[in-house]
Amino acid sequence: MNDAAERKLALSHLWVAFIAFILACFMGEYQVLERSGLISALDSPSVYFASVSTHGVLMAFVLTTFFIMGFGYYIAATSLKQPVWNKPLAWGAFWLALFGVVLAAIPLLTGKASVLYTFYPPIVAHAAFYIGATLLVVGSWVWCVIMLVMFVQWKKAKPGQPVPLAMFATAMNALLWLWTSAGVALEVLFQLIPLSLGWIDTVDPGLARTLFAWTLHPIVYFWLIPAYTAFYVFVPKQAGGFLFSDEMARLAFIVLAVFALPIGFHHLYMDPEQAKGWKLLHGIGTFVVALPTLVTGFTVIASLEIAGRLRGGKGLFGWIGSLPWTNTMVLAVILSLLMLIFGGFGGIVNASYAMNAMIHNTAWVPGHFHLIFAGTTVIMYFAIAYYLWPMLVKKPLFSESMALVQLWTWFIGMSILTTPWHVLGLLGQPRRISSVVYNNLLTLSWKPYELMMILGGLILLGSACLFIYNLAKTQLSPASEAFDRQIEFAEPIHAVESLPEWLNDFKPWNKVIAVLMAISFGYPILQFFFMNTSGSSAWGF
Amino acid sequence: MQIEPLKQKYAQLLRDFYAQLRAIHIDQLERKWITISLIVIGLFVGIITIDALFHGVNPPSKVETVDSASLHLNKEFAEDNLGVQVDDKGNVTVRMVAGRYSFFPKHITVPAETTLTFRWVSMDVLHGVHIPMTNMSTMIVPGYVAEITTTFPKPGEYPMLCNEYCGLGHNHMWSNISVIAKENWTAPAKSSVKGGSNNE
Repeated sequence: MNDAAERKLALSHLWVAFIAFILACFMGEYQVLERSGLISALDSPSVYFASVSTHGVLMAFVLTTFFIMGFGYYIAATSLKQPVWNKPLAWGAFWLALFGVVLAAIPLLTGKASVLYTFYPPIVAHAAFYIGATLLVVGSWVWCVIMLVMFVQWKKAKPGQPVPLAMFATAMNALLWLWTSAGVALEVLFQLIPLSLGWIDTVDPGLARTLFAWTLHPIVYFWLIPAYTAFYVFVPKQAGGFLFSDEMARLAFIVLAVFALPIGFHHLYMDPEQAKGWKLLHGIGTFVVALPTLVTGFTVIASLEIAGRLRGGKGLFGWIGSLPWTNTMVLAVILSLLMLIFGGFGGIVNASYAMNAMIHNTAWVPGHFHLIFAGTTVIMYFAIAYYLWPMLVKKPLFSESMALVQLWTWFIGMSILTTPWHVLGLLGQPRRISSVVYNNLLTLSWKPYELMMILGGLILLGSACLFIYNLAKTQLSPASEAFDRQIEFAEPIHAVESLPEWLNDFKPWNKVIAVLMAISFGYPILQFFFMNTSGSSAWGF
Repeated sequence: MQIEPLKQKYAQLLRDFYAQLRAIHIDQLERKWITISLIVIGLFVGIITIDALFHGVNPPSKVETVDSASLHLNKEFAEDNLGVQVDDKGNVTVRMVAGRYSFFPKHITVPAETTLTFRWVSMDVLHGVHIPMTNMSTMIVPGYVAEITTTFPKPGEYPMLCNEYCGLGHNHMWSNISVIAKENWTAPAKSSVKGGSNNE
């Protein structure tokens, strides 16, 4: 199959993602430096909050969305062995989303949208910020439609056959994102855009926070699923072994998607506008969704063990040493799992209902999500890029050893950055402050940790530059005619011949999600229309 | 509407699902791991649920509305009623207003080892407050009263910090709370201007 058009489509998306990423990395390092108070000339809340808003938007919305779209197009084309459906539409979505990013960037960079990437009404930003963000999401919805159409077309052409696992996971993510983004879309379309344009006078911040919480948990699985996809479909093959179980992988993706949605109130534990019964219900669901991650950890480690033993590893732990540690995909998955273990531990603390009071809105929280998103998830984005780049540009990777150094430094930098960040949270430091001006002895204990974070950020920035340099050099190097690498998907130990329909399709799960969402969000949203609430007028920042 | 056929349909659906679930290939080791995972999750959920239902350990969740735009006209949160008050039964209530960029009153003194009910409201945007090293933490959402009950075990000077981005002056939004030994604490004199029926 001549997939030049698909490769160009994927590369364009991935470049937008990684350019956003490297810009945001520079902002991140500036932020830890500014926050520490080390250089007093840097001290400026207006620059800091503009930067932190832009950093959040670039990392959480632009890097992720464009990476997932580009990755999805290439996975769909290669795993189904068919061209991307309706490429003009896909390009339209790309340009629409990119236009949205530029539109949002103008108020962000000029300090007219310093509302952080989580919005926080009744503070309002310039309308262009919300409209730009909306266009980015609309572009991603088009991607979802293309993925689901390709999924359905393939199934129609090959009735009864199992959909390739890589495509199953990608299409599941598309469905998950449609459900996920509905919450924030309602908030932006009916509250924030009308408020910022002056069409309405007031909004209810309680309702806005509830709708945002709808999106806030499953969005992290939208970001994580490409990493899990790589765990299942790339890692076993790259390690030299087999996938432990194809069926369990499908089950894990299904449980992940179904239970990611009805549990968003763990972001609202400390909020006054929702009652404790609903919070407890969402809290229990939050623990249930740990199950697919525990299953994933088991399957990935079991697959690695098979590979290690096939390569001659002996004894209880001997197989770990015999793994190909110099393979970027294998190294990345080991480091990713290490960060997942610690990040998961922190996540269980956050999820623990009333215990959340100890860390809510403290520095612990950004420490947690940097470890689990920028660590666990993004290190797999790197590994995927290193794996796909030679296929996308038809040239060998510029430097494998540089890639290995980059992965190690990302892991070390992330450990040095996030460990003190967690400690600062336990010492009571609030997140989202640009400098420490509290006249209190407690703040003295924060200082050494803030200095450590500067070092961690610096290592991460260096690592990020190596990553971009390696990809750019690969693409710019002279073409070599002979080079032709094909994507390889891992084989399961037990090949799946046939699957029950609920492991091969989403229709029944769509219904389950609808029921669970009606239960967990129905009354909590409707209550705002029954209660005697008084809205808040718009405030600047 | 016929209930019986529907019931049969769903029972059949569940039976089929279960039979198919049994038929898919799941390794013995995977079964064991899933069982262990479920036990661990069950333990966590069990502890949290028992604490919530029987010991009353819950986050602040009293869904109570207030008009944040007119707090000065509100009986409870008018300026004279803010701060620490003790009612006839000896219950201590602390009423606080959060507004850019401080907590009002600026300084309060409360007794240690005493149950305190904090009632927080915002007069403008979203705020949050926590007192480090204690479990006094709540979001303060405009339009809602955030009520939280807690006890401070140790006397000392504690900062109260705004932990939610509320604007470019957010860093400067903080105040102090003095927790003093129970025996040294005296209830503040009741304000002469009280809200209530005779004031209307």
